Amino acid sequence: MSEVVASPVPMPAKRRVAQLGMLAFAVGIIMLAYANVGLAVDGKIPAGMLTYGLSLGGLMLIAYLVLARFAPWADPLLLPLVTLVNGIGLVMIYRLELSGRDEAASATNQILMTGVGIVLFTVTLVVLRDHRSLQRLTYTAGLVGLLLLISPLIPGLGREFFGARIWISLFGFTIQPAEFAKLALAVFFAGYLVAKRDVLALAGRRLLFIDLPRARDLGPILITWGISLGVLVLQKDLGSSLLLFGTFIVMLYVATQRTSWVLIGILLFVGGAFLAGQVFSHVGDRFQIWLHPESPEFYDREIGGSYQIMQALFGFGNGKILGTGLGQGHPEEIPLAYSDFIFAAIGEELGLTGVMAILMIYALIVERGLRTSLAARDPFSKLLSCGLSFLLAWQIFIIVGGVTNLIPLTGLVTPFMSQGGSALLANWILIALLVRTSDAARQPPPQAIQNEGMTQVFQR
Amino acid sequence: MSELTLLLIRLAFLAVLWFFVIAAVGVIRTDLFGSRTAPSGPRKTAKPAKPAAKPKSKKSEPRQLVVTGGPLQGTTINLTETPITIGRANDATLVVTDDYASSRHARLFPQDGQWIVEDLGSTNGTYLDRSKVTRPTPVPLGVPIRVGKTVIELRK
Repeated sequence: MSEVVASPVPMPAKRRVAQLGMLAFAVGIIMLAYANVGLAVDGKIPAGMLTYGLSLGGLMLIAYLVLARFAPWADPLLLPLVTLVNGIGLVMIYRLELSGRDEAASATNQILMTGVGIVLFTVTLVVLRDHRSLQRLTYTAGLVGLLLLISPLIPGLGREFFGARIWISLFGFTIQPAEFAKLALAVFFAGYLVAKRDVLALAGRRLLFIDLPRARDLGPILITWGISLGVLVLQKDLGSSLLLFGTFIVMLYVATQRTSWVLIGILLFVGGAFLAGQVFSHVGDRFQIWLHPESPEFYDREIGGSYQIMQALFGFGNGKILGTGLGQGHPEEIPLAYSDFIFAAIGEELGLTGVMAILMIYALIVERGLRTSLAARDPFSKLLSCGLSFLLAWQIFIIVGGVTNLIPLTGLVTPFMSQGGSALLANWILIALLVRTSDAARQPPPQAIQNEGMTQVFQR
Repeated sequence: MSELTLLLIRLAFLAVLWFFVIAAVGVIRTDLFGSRTAPSGPRKTAKPAKPAAKPKSKKSEPRQLVVTGGPLQGTTINLTETPITIGRANDATLVVTDDYASSRHARLFPQDGQWIVEDLGSTNGTYLDRSKVTRPTPVPLGVPIRVGKTVIELRK
């Protein structure tokens, strides 16, 4: 018999108290932000602060209780981090509503949508007890995702706003089906790649240092490329197109560990985007605006010009390091500051320091997702949580890069911050899926049966 | 509202925002390494003379014995300096009614701040984690000791 080795197995703790504490902290920060806006704009604490703060706090308490009951081992940080970004978005929309410049900015509407989002979050957690059951729905999810993606093109159902045909009108509500499509497609990619990754990882010819895949295995990537180009051309939605294709490439890379897929993907997308830029003027203009936003030709243009991006850049500049302070800048000068350009509004009022803090919070959300992916025990959970967290990270990169003119601007919402029901609901479901996966990943493995008197467990 | 107050609120808000980020990272830190683990080796040698090190090591000492499996599940015994005997005999500290346990089955006693488990020549043996206890062995925190159908462990 060997000596007992005293090495306690490191078990992840549930850390419910830390989660509740961080949640209360997040709600506290949001209430402080509300008070700050009110003090700066009207010189007094806004009357709605308690209503907003308590309703947000109540909603989060419900989400916390459901999480503690139905996913006790889930990651303790996901919910508080998401709460904070969602709340800061709410405060910013409230602040833009106070300025009275844009009728469409409505904090009440957004808090209502946050409520619905949390209801969907809890429903997902309660209904979906085991996320691996989604693996059985691989092809169903793929079909649903594709239908959602093309639904705005159906005559009579689709609606076109701001030059993009990405909305559908259903029972008096306008929804952006692409937001939900990305979830369904992430499930599809995960399920599909688990089944097919061995084939896709087969090496074909070797070129320089890279193993190229076999030509006949190029099918899936070409189909996804075709669909994302279709979205780009027919719906004029560069953002969703980039999001969809990028997520597929990264999941393919994670599943097969082949760098060649990433290179092929980048080449295909750059080639496709270049061709689209040559053929379709609105795509080409985006590219020109990115390079020369300051040229008068674009700045003075009525629709699709660079006025918006220039105002955003002025806002960032005005914010400097520490920002103008909540309620003390002029983010209302930026068109659509409450939706696509909310990050520029944050940049002006909170400055570089605040923007960095927000980006850190997003990075932490993504890190928790990737951590879940590392800890997950089966390939489907690994791919799904990796895909979902990359989806979030990629979306944040595309929109923040666009708003800061690092990459050509594409219309995407800032997750959890921008006003817009569909995106908020879809992202809350995304977080619910991550929470569900992390609950399964962090649960301690079942112990070997060893408390039956005569049974002996031998260690070899 | 004066400019100064607004400036102070603005700076306080940014500070609180960053404090949140740091607190979140703190949660992850304890999440990765566990909040209960004793200070690791190199850290101990780094500041051995500090008086603060002593209460820390005392903190990692077990305070109670918890029955985690078997018919007596849920029973706790607070640990003092006195040894604990386990068995079917009426004079044992933890009396187990179990056909697989001997009358005087095992003994737990403190030595140099550690608790040691010793098998008292039982028929079916005592197990620490998964290995049979053949000689007095130190018991780490949270590692199950099995006596017949009863499983006990030391906790803080």
